[in-house]
Amino acid sequence: MSEALTATTFAADKAAEPPASSVSEPAAVRWLLTGIAIAFLALFLVLPLVTIFVQAFAKGWQTYLATFDEPDAWSAIRLTLTVAAIAVPFNLVFGIMAAWSIAKFEFWGKSLLVTLIDLPFSVSPVVSGLIYVLLFSSQGVFGTFFPEHGMQVLFALPGIVLATIFVTFPFVARELIPLMQEQGTTEEEAALTLGATGLHAFLTVTLPNIRWGLLYSVLLCNARAMGEFGAVSVVSGHIRGLTNTVPLHVEILYNEYNFVAAFAVASLLAGLALVTLVIKSALEWRYSGELAAGTRH
Amino acid sequence: MVQTSRPKRRFRRPSVIPGFGLTFGYTLTCLSLVVLLPLAALVAKASGIGLTGIVETATDPRVASALRISFGVSLVAALTASVFGFLVAWVLTRYRFPGRKLVDAVVDLPFALPTAVAGIALASLYAPNGLVGAQLARLGIQAAYTPVGIFIAMVFIGLPFAVRTVQPLIAEIDKEVEEASATLGATRLTTLTKVVLPPLIPAVLTGFAMAFARGVGEYGSIIFIAGNLPYVSEIAPLLIVIKLSEFDYGGASAIATIMLGISFLTLLTINLIQAWSRRRFGYV
Amino acid sequence: MTDTSAGSARPVSRRRMALLGLALLAVPMAARAETALLNVSYDPTRELYRDINAAFAKEWKAKAGEDLTVRASHGGSGAQARTVIDGVPADVVTLGIPSDIDAISRLSKKIPADWRTKLPNEGLAYTSTVVFLVRKGNPKAVHDWTDLVKPDVKVITPNPKTSAGGRWNFLAAWGYAYEHNAKDAEKANAFVGQIYRNVPVLDTGARGSTVTFAQRGLGDVLPAWENEAFLVLQEFGADKFDIVVPPTSIYAEPPVALVDANVDAKGTRKQAEAYLQFLYSDAAQAIFAKHHYRPIRPEAADKKDLALLPEIKLFKIEDFQGSWDDIQKKNFDNGGLFDQLSRAAH
Repeated sequence: MSEALTATTFAADKAAEPPASSVSEPAAVRWLLTGIAIAFLALFLVLPLVTIFVQAFAKGWQTYLATFDEPDAWSAIRLTLTVAAIAVPFNLVFGIMAAWSIAKFEFWGKSLLVTLIDLPFSVSPVVSGLIYVLLFSSQGVFGTFFPEHGMQVLFALPGIVLATIFVTFPFVARELIPLMQEQGTTEEEAALTLGATGLHAFLTVTLPNIRWGLLYSVLLCNARAMGEFGAVSVVSGHIRGLTNTVPLHVEILYNEYNFVAAFAVASLLAGLALVTLVIKSALEWRYSGELAAGTRH
Repeated sequence: MVQTSRPKRRFRRPSVIPGFGLTFGYTLTCLSLVVLLPLAALVAKASGIGLTGIVETATDPRVASALRISFGVSLVAALTASVFGFLVAWVLTRYRFPGRKLVDAVVDLPFALPTAVAGIALASLYAPNGLVGAQLARLGIQAAYTPVGIFIAMVFIGLPFAVRTVQPLIAEIDKEVEEASATLGATRLTTLTKVVLPPLIPAVLTGFAMAFARGVGEYGSIIFIAGNLPYVSEIAPLLIVIKLSEFDYGGASAIATIMLGISFLTLLTINLIQAWSRRRFGYV
Repeated sequence: MTDTSAGSARPVSRRRMALLGLALLAVPMAARAETALLNVSYDPTRELYRDINAAFAKEWKAKAGEDLTVRASHGGSGAQARTVIDGVPADVVTLGIPSDIDAISRLSKKIPADWRTKLPNEGLAYTSTVVFLVRKGNPKAVHDWTDLVKPDVKVITPNPKTSAGGRWNFLAAWGYAYEHNAKDAEKANAFVGQIYRNVPVLDTGARGSTVTFAQRGLGDVLPAWENEAFLVLQEFGADKFDIVVPPTSIYAEPPVALVDANVDAKGTRKQAEAYLQFLYSDAAQAIFAKHHYRPIRPEAADKKDLALLPEIKLFKIEDFQGSWDDIQKKNFDNGGLFDQLSRAAH
């Protein structure tokens, strides 16, 4: 524990003081490298972001706001919020459960389990949608079982939710597992010896320890859930006013030559991304010691 | 008489902490229902056309082309992202300059921005009449609708991985080792290449592998800026969508399975790199 | 003292979550308790069906006193057909090419194989054709199909595998070459191959191609659905583009059909059949003409709208290639002409 403290303060100290000249590059080189790095980021990252807002407001505030007079835009926003409201808590609960079982216990096959949990992360979004089509389409594994019983899974909310859950499945778990592994089991064991039940130990000891990591991962999970395009595109059916999420609605507006509107709706998501970034950075600056070592995505 | 008894091989080490059964069971159930069952359906569908069928699909010129483009461009893009990502991570961690924290926050933008939004933004920027595209056109380079456009989109996606895997390690470089190297007479360049960089290699490789894996599978950011011409600028995920609209579920599943296999291999490689790194350097 | 101020990060208990999930699921389900029809259509008909659906809902309310919502879904015709096969609860399909409806019928049996006989004119409430959209002033002097193979001309057309418009462009070019080369199929194949060598981008839908041409500024000529060409002039400005009408073009057939299996399951047969009948009514025919389609009953349309549609000699591809099954298999299926041409070019 004290080593962790030292490492953190040491890193903070190192970060605070400017490096001495014998362990750093000459000033000219430093400024050149900094310039290249910033130019690279500006070109590849900032410019697209700026484009979104520039295009969205190309015809002024009135046109921008008029985009949101469309009932289809609001259906899309409602659907996206609904999907996120289901998918994110589901993955949150899963993440906590998985992290508890993996971080607090030693068992055979742990790394296999972690790899399997990580699997959706490296699967193409299109494939993520395809697998649910293979399961629930009339030609698929379940065939007409669900529609016959009055439940439309594919091309309706459940299908979109499932595809989104799949895509964002590992987000919370990946953050919590290394975090809880780093924190170890001593605090919980201490709580148990003091008479707490497992649940009580979890709520009062574990949860406060992981709360910033939890918030951090929920933010990213939410951003991804709301912004998912490829997977939802395959399972959605593109039914206007019913099964179009905000990213799909952006594509629709784009395909109706309504570019300002497309970028206007896109700017909502871009704004969400910015908010996510701001909160995330704030968390990292203030609580870097309490987030997973090496913020791996 | 010595009684030698081997300890019984247990599934898990006993512990006082409760809740294993519940959490492990829940984890396995969710994992099976959400991940394993659908993926099994995919593999089953693909295997429905048999291993020969999958090989036939993989060697079909158009499919092979799409896979080549997806993997080839992603390789180059991941390399670029790794190099510049390392530079960015280095600059962010080791140097002080105004706006450093802002730049640090910006790095995660591709991670938070929805893919379709990034797609139309990139497409509008690099089109022949776009802000950057027009400048490139004057130099005779066409970015949008060519593999160059795909490259740009993949660099966009891969950059955060390249930066964030390396950044924490750069922050923890032991200054004393650098100073020792300097006192022993090494030039700055030698210190960098022989002392500082080698322990960072596993992280760079991991970042590269992750950027690569993401780039190969990416759909939304790329289809708006890619030309989607078969044999030229058609990426594998798009081919899956096309096969679906041709009602060729078997073909789509075959391509998806191939991509899945390669994703799995990439994940495995990342894990192996990290295991090797742990053995060699003591940390990941 | 235990600190329970971690309230903001406290996970919702599982039971509450399940209830919340069910409640949220119920919202869209409740919204669907009203009667609704779903029209699965192809890409360029977005504006058209907005007007048609509104007009039909009004008429149905007046006639049958029932509140009816008509929803639409748009996308590449082939992709849309695939979703119907996979189970989208479409009541009617209004797709861009007959072979897509045949595919639904063949692969899912939701539409009877003789769907063409159920509605007048083999399910065609309107037809269309392919014209050229060029930059203002026609700088590359594109006047006919043969100009599309000129080496300095870049052609924007959608992917025939996913888009009906893409398939009509393909077949129109083929038909033109066939006619003008004394019915030599080999020469026609070669001609089409040459055109596709001039294509720099293949979008998945007709709309995507129009965006590429008109918004992104790529290409010299866009062979497009006639109605799309007019729409581009409207949306992007008649001062930027010209419509060039080739002397001959194809008789493009975007048919409509009832999805029997779905309407029987949903109990919406009456409304769906009325909707399809409505497409042949005076009101709908006039709307088609307004959106620059060619109504099957031009007498019901406004003369001014009809006057905008150019005189073209139209040929039917069935006369040259046989049934739609043959056309689809020969040209667009795996290993068909398009695949062969793509492969040969690379």
